[in-house]
Amino acid sequence: MTAPAPGRHSLPPGVHPFPHRHLLGIEGLLPHEILYLLDEAERWVDFNRAPAKADDRLRGLTQINAFFENSTRTLLSFEIAGKRLGADVVNMTVGASSVKKGETLLDTALTLNSMHPDLIVIRHDASGAVQLIAEKVDCPVLNAGDGRHEHPTQALLDALTIRRRKGRLAGLTVAICGDVLHSRVARSNFQLLGSLGAKVRAVAPPTLLGAQVDRLGVEVFTDMEAGLDGADVVMMLRLQRERMAGAYVPSTREYFHFFGLTAQRLAAAKPDALVMHPGPMNRGVEIDSAVADDIGRSAITEQVEMGVAVRMACLDVLTRTRRGVEGWA
Amino acid sequence: MTRLAIVNARLVDPASGRDSPGSLIVEDRAIAALDAPPPDGAEVIDARGAVLAPGLVDAMAFRTDKAACLAGGITRLLLMPDQSPPLDDPALVERAERLGKPDVWVHPLAAATVGLNGSEIAEIGLMKAAGAAGVATGRRAIADSGVMYRLLQYAAGFELPVVTHCEDVSLTKGAVATEGEYATRWGLSAAPAFAEALAIARDLRLAEATGARLHIAQVTTAEGVALVRAAKARGVAVTCGVTPPHMLLNESAVGGYRTFARLSPPLRAESDRQAVLDALADGTIDVIASGHDPRAQDAKRLPFADAEPGAAGAATLLALALSLVRDGRLPLLDVVAMLTTAPARVFGLPTPSLAVGAPADLVLFDPNAPWRIDSDRLPGRAGNTPFDGLPVEGRVLLTVKGGEAMRP
Repeated sequence: MTAPAPGRHSLPPGVHPFPHRHLLGIEGLLPHEILYLLDEAERWVDFNRAPAKADDRLRGLTQINAFFENSTRTLLSFEIAGKRLGADVVNMTVGASSVKKGETLLDTALTLNSMHPDLIVIRHDASGAVQLIAEKVDCPVLNAGDGRHEHPTQALLDALTIRRRKGRLAGLTVAICGDVLHSRVARSNFQLLGSLGAKVRAVAPPTLLGAQVDRLGVEVFTDMEAGLDGADVVMMLRLQRERMAGAYVPSTREYFHFFGLTAQRLAAAKPDALVMHPGPMNRGVEIDSAVADDIGRSAITEQVEMGVAVRMACLDVLTRTRRGVEGWA
Repeated sequence: MTRLAIVNARLVDPASGRDSPGSLIVEDRAIAALDAPPPDGAEVIDARGAVLAPGLVDAMAFRTDKAACLAGGITRLLLMPDQSPPLDDPALVERAERLGKPDVWVHPLAAATVGLNGSEIAEIGLMKAAGAAGVATGRRAIADSGVMYRLLQYAAGFELPVVTHCEDVSLTKGAVATEGEYATRWGLSAAPAFAEALAIARDLRLAEATGARLHIAQVTTAEGVALVRAAKARGVAVTCGVTPPHMLLNESAVGGYRTFARLSPPLRAESDRQAVLDALADGTIDVIASGHDPRAQDAKRLPFADAEPGAAGAATLLALALSLVRDGRLPLLDVVAMLTTAPARVFGLPTPSLAVGAPADLVLFDPNAPWRIDSDRLPGRAGNTPFDGLPVEGRVLLTVKGGEAMRP
C-alpha cells in the first residue's frame, strides 16, 4: 500500500486552504478544508515512521494541553505531536469538578491566556466549553473533545485511516455503532464523512441513538445485522461504564449479545470491511477481542498512529499565521 | 398631596373596555377625574397621544427588582417563593410583601412545600393570612403525585390559587434543552417536549378532582396548550401564563451555546411557539408574565449545561408583549388586559382600572417608539436577556405608583 502524495487536491485559485483561527469542530469546515488537513497529515505519517522524528517548525512556541476531563491517549497523542514539531508542550490536567469548586472556567482560560501560549488544546466534559474559552483567548484553540459535541481530530484521523486503507471516502458505507447519544466522536464523524460523500449509518439501541439523529444526515438502524449489511467500514463506539447497568441498556451481557461486534456479526459487512474503534476499548462489551485483534480487519492501532500525524498537521496549520508562514500572515 | 394631570393620552382600560383619547387626573394617590380640565396647581403631563393604561401586574417574578419594574411599567408583581430562604414561613411572606413598597407592590406566592422540597406541605393557611396571594411549587414541579393531590385539596379549602411549574421531574432531570434535532446536534442533554404535557395532564386531573384553582405558570408546548384548552372547555378552574421568550424565540436561539437563552422550561420547537401564539390569540393563555429572573454574570458565563436557567424580563415585558399587537394577532386592549386585569383576576387582586376612585397605578407608554434591547444597558440587577440586540417598539415613558410619577 502506498500513501497518496501530499497536496493532491488542488485548490481553486484565490481560495485559502484553511481560513480558520481555531479548530473547534468539523461543523463549519468546507470539504476542501477537511481534505487539506488530511493531505497535510499524510506527509507526517512517513515522517513519524522514520527513526529521527524531529522537526523544528514550532520551535519557541508554547502549546498548552488543557484537559479538564480525564484522558491518557488523546493527551499523549497531542503531546507527542507538539514535541515532534519542536513546540514547548505543557500539560495541564484538571478534574472538571475541582474547577467547578473554585475558579470558573473562564478564569482558568484568562489565566492560561496571560501566560501567552501560542496554541491551546482543550478537552472539557461540557458541550460548547471549548468554544467558550476560544472566545476569550488570543491564540488558536484546538478542540480535543467537548462533552457530547465534537472531537474533530478524532474524525480527521478516522478519515485518514479509512482513506489510506480504502483509497477513498466518497461512496463508502460507514456504520457507526454503539453509544451515539453520548458520543462526540460520532457527531464529528457524521459531519466529516457525510461532507466527503460517504454514506453514514448510526446503529444503536433506541435509548442510545439521540432524538431525530436521522436529521444529522445518517441512516438509522436499531438492528446490528441490518446496520452492518454491506458496510465498508464498521466503527465501534465506546460504551461508558456508568451507562451499562440499567440506565440505558439492561446489562453489558445483553448489550454484547445484541450490539457487540463479533466475527459472526461482522460477516454481514463486506468481506474486506474495516473495523475501527476510537479507544479505549471495552473488550467483551462493544467488541470481541478476536475482531479487535484481527490484523487483517482491524485498523485500531493504525488509528492511533494516524492520530499523531493528524494532530501534527493541525498544530502546524493553526500556528502558521503566528509563525508568519508565507500566504498565512 | 400630589396632583397630576395627564392630558392628550390614549386611555386604554381593559376593565371598562375603553380605548379612546382622553385625560386623567390624579389626586391623593387615586384617580380623581377623567377627561376633565387640569386643576390649578397640578403637574400637567402632555402624553402626546401615548397610551395611558393601568400599571402592569407581573404574574411571575423571581426577584423584586424595582429599577426593572419601573422601566417596564410594572406596579405590582407576584413574587415566586424561590427566594433565599424560600418563602415557606409566614414571617418570610410578610417581609417579602414589604420589600417593594412604595414603588412596587409585591404579592408573595407561598412555597407549596417546606423549603420547596416537594414533600411536606408548608403552612399555606398561615401564609395566606400573612399576605400570600397564592401558593406556588417554585421553579420545579412537585414530583410526588400524592403530595400534589393533598396540596391541591388543602389549598382549595383556603381558596388559594396554586401556581405550578409543569415539567415532569424525572424526564427533565439533568436536561438543559428540548429533545430534538438541535439538542442532538449540539450534544446537549435534553428532555422531550411532552414532559410538559405529562405534568399538565396530571395537575389538571388533580385540580379537577379537588376543585382547586390551578394556575400553570408557563405553557410552552402545543400539547400543553391543547390540554389546557380542553380542560377549560369542560370547566376546570385552570388558568395559565407564558413569558415572552416562549412567544418570540424557539430552540434555535440556543445556537452557539448562548447561555442567555438557557431558560426553564427550555426553548421549544417552532411548531410549539406557533401553538403558543394561537393560544394567546384564542384566550387559552390568560396572562403574559415577565418570569423576571436576572442572573449574575458568573452564573451565565459558563458552558451551557453548567449555566443557570433564567433571564431578566421585567424591563422588556411590555415591549415584547406589544409585538402581538404589531403583528396583528391581538388588539392593544387585549394585550394590556393580559398584563393587568387577567393576572389580577387569577390572584384575586383588586382589578386594575382607570376608573375614578381607583388607585393611581398607571403606566404611560408610547407603543410605537423603537428601541433596541441591550443586555449591557438594561435597568435592574442584571441584564441577561435572550433578546439582546433585538429591535422592539414600545417604550415606557412614565410609571405611576400610588400617585407618584416615576420616569424610568
